[in-house]
This record gives sequence, structure tokens and C-alpha cells, in this order.
Amino acid sequence: MMEVVLTVTAVILSLAAAGAIVRIAIGPSLLDRVLASDVLLAIIGATLCIDMAVNRHQNNLMLLVALSIIGFIGSVTVARFVADRREHPNES
Amino acid sequence: MNPEPSAVDTVIDAVSAVFMVVGAVMSLGAAIGLLRFPDLMSRMHAATKPQVLGLFLLLASVGLQLRTWWVWPALFVAWIFQVLTVPVSAHMVGRAGYRTKHLHRELLTTDELEAVVQKAADKKTADGRAAGGQEADERAAHDGPADDGASA
Repeated sequence: MMEVVLTVTAVILSLAAAGAIVRIAIGPSLLDRVLASDVLLAIIGATLCIDMAVNRHQNNLMLLVALSIIGFIGSVTVARFVADRREHPNES
Repeated sequence: MNPEPSAVDTVIDAVSAVFMVVGAVMSLGAAIGLLRFPDLMSRMHAATKPQVLGLFLLLASVGLQLRTWWVWPALFVAWIFQVLTVPVSAHMVGRAGYRTKHLHRELLTTDELEAVVQKAADKKTADGRAAGGQEADERAAHDGPADDGASA
């Protein structure tokens, strides 16, 4: 049963990561890209969780906490220092 | 950890399998919302909210699969950290998006921040006038939210 769950979640998370990467590529503004990379980081955290649950180890637990710290610091820093450099508002 | 594999084991496996699939679907929902929603505010809404529930479900499935009690506090710390940091980063992104006008005003039903921003801009302009000098006035006008699309 665990193999089936692993396959299904791998497919779903791959699709989700592809969507986030597409939004990083086409995102009209910097903040869209920050949000999408945050989502990509959360998807990576989800894969770490599923790896721990399926293979029954806890090697990734501290990595998971560190990952959320990195995502928090990254998105807050970029959002703090973002500047408006567009010609027309409302084009997003 | 149980001495014999029993029906309880099967039930716990099934519950954790359902949790894992639903948690992965939450990530997929966030990605779909990120792709389909029209502006930054709604994308932020879609990106931050399903991830909290998804991570909770996945951590719960980890705890169920490991079958040990001491792993639950570590999972709880990881989840609490996520719950504390996600609203702050979403708030910062939304604030920066409002200030840099990454939003469609016609999609808003109410804008409670506009009055506050306007008041702060008026106060800044008044301060600049009181201090005197054209430079301060220019700076206030440039920093204020009233300028439409002026490059920073």
C-alpha cells in the first residue's frame, strides 16, 4: 500500500512543483516569484515529510525546521526591500 | 513497535496514507491557485493557506508511521514554527504588494488600508511643509502613495 501512496504523492507533488516553477518563470512581478518560490519550498518540505513517513526514519526532521526558517527569512527580506520599477500599474 | 501486526496497524497505515495523499493535494491546490488567480493578493491567499493544513497532515502521517511517542514534540515544534512564520511572511508580501500597487482595485470589495496610507501621506506632506524647503516637499510627494506609477 505504501508503494501506491508513494507513487500517487510523487505524481501530485511533481505537478505542484511544475506549476510553481511555471509561475516563477512567467510571474510578472518580483513578489509573484517570491510567493512561488515559497510554495516550491513548501512542496520540498512535503516531499521530505512523505519520505520520512514511507521509509520510517526521522533524519529529515531538523532539515524541515531549517527549511521553514530559510523560507521565512527569504520572503520577508525580499518583501521588505522590494521597489516598484514598473511603467504601468495594474499590469500584474 | 507493536509486537504483532494487527488490525490496528492496518487502520493506522490507512489513515496515514489518506493524510499523505490529502496533504499532497493541498500542495497541488496551492500551485493551481498560483497559476490561475489574477493578481498578487489572491495568489498570496492561495499560496499560504493550503500549505499549513497540508504540512499538518503530512507531519501527522509521519507521527503515525513512526509509532513512537517522542517524535510528536519535534513534529509539533516544526508545525508551530510553520504556523508562526507563514502569516508573517504573507503579511509582508501583501504589504509590499499593496505599496507597489500589485493589485487590481476593481477586484477589491473593501480597502481598509487606503485611509491609513492616505492619512500617513498627508501627515508626511504637512511635516515637510512645516520643515520648509522644496526638497523635503518633493521627497514627501515622491514617497507618498499618491504618485501613480512613478519609478522609485
